[in-house]
Amino acid sequence: MYSQALDQAPREREAPSASPRPEDSAREAAFLARVDAEEKIEPKDWMPEGYRHTLIRQISQHAHSEIVGMLPEGNWITRAPSLQRKAILIAKVQDEGGHGAYLYGAAETLGISREQLIDQLLAGKAKYSSIFNYPTPTWADVGAIGWLVDGAAIMNQIPLCRCSYGPYARAMVRICKEESFHQRQGYEIMLTLARGTAAQRRMAQEALDRWWWPALMMFGPSDADSAHTAQSVRWKIKRFTNDELRQKFVDFTVPQAQFLGLAVPDPELRWDDAAQHYRFGAIDWTEFQQVLRGNGPCNRERLQTRRRAHEDGRWVREAAAAYALKQRERSPAAA
Amino acid sequence: MTEVWPLWEVFIRARSGLEHKHAGSVHATDARMALEHARDLYTRRDEGVSIWVVPSKEITASDPAEAEALFEPARDKVYRHPTFYQIPDEVKTL
Repeated sequence: MYSQALDQAPREREAPSASPRPEDSAREAAFLARVDAEEKIEPKDWMPEGYRHTLIRQISQHAHSEIVGMLPEGNWITRAPSLQRKAILIAKVQDEGGHGAYLYGAAETLGISREQLIDQLLAGKAKYSSIFNYPTPTWADVGAIGWLVDGAAIMNQIPLCRCSYGPYARAMVRICKEESFHQRQGYEIMLTLARGTAAQRRMAQEALDRWWWPALMMFGPSDADSAHTAQSVRWKIKRFTNDELRQKFVDFTVPQAQFLGLAVPDPELRWDDAAQHYRFGAIDWTEFQQVLRGNGPCNRERLQTRRRAHEDGRWVREAAAAYALKQRERSPAAA
Repeated sequence: MTEVWPLWEVFIRARSGLEHKHAGSVHATDARMALEHARDLYTRRDEGVSIWVVPSKEITASDPAEAEALFEPARDKVYRHPTFYQIPDEVKTL
């Protein structure tokens, strides 16, 4: 999911701007040997420009996804059905902000500043996961997001803990530990609704109907249409293909839906006993492309909200910087 | 005024008796804010009892290109390790 836009980026941005120098082929061979030996690449190590650019794009898209991902759920903080649910939701949304911060930090080790990355997001030049452009009309959507969206995120993120780039891998270890809470609290919301009144069960079913297909799209285009998978697998940024991860997600999630007594909204879904996998229907890739291009149900609203938050916070950033400057001027030694 | 907030490296002591360990980085205008951000970002689940923050620009790091010159010489000095020495089994507590 967070790697979904990786496969969508225009190819020309992959190409290093400077013409390759002769010593680079030897360096590249040494670099690939280290990657093959499962050694981590660290910020000051030599790396191919394509590797650097791919990582900056992937990590920043991942960071943006965490930040924009605070919005659909943040929408429910004031209306959570109990004080405990509210406290949990606040903690979860705060985690997402934290994940964004860890990831911007990892991206910064590659030589780009957080300000540049945030500017790219606010200017609409950077991508984030398509999933956060869907609305959350009921409380059950908060449950479905935790269960399905964070569930799909975990599926994607666990292999990233072994990614070849050290700072990204370390950020992912921390993030994965926290995501597990997100997924379980979401499933528990669904479970509570599924065991509730007929109206609550209907609400849970409708949320599953809304989120099932967008969750499957989070894994990105099918392998046949995924332009960058091979190179990213070679560099050990990516460990599994989009379709492998999507299949695994379906295999894990369908029995969880059955336990809830909810129906997965796919008439073609069936268990293939020979393959030991669930077979599922075709994904509507037109919808996916539309959402990625900015035409999803909430794309404009999400970016507007981020821009407004950035503008509304400007005076705080400026005041803090002015205060620090004044303190430094007063006592240069303490700076 | 749109000053870019400087970067700080964060080190956390997980429990008393353990060393501070690098946890990540934060942006902050001054040391006090860096501590507060580090607390919000890296100790939400009781991960620490003490925090150090250091301006990232104050850290001097060794150059990976010099790694061989710096660390290779230690590799063939196996006699620095106790296991290098063959002592008969009869000799106890050595």
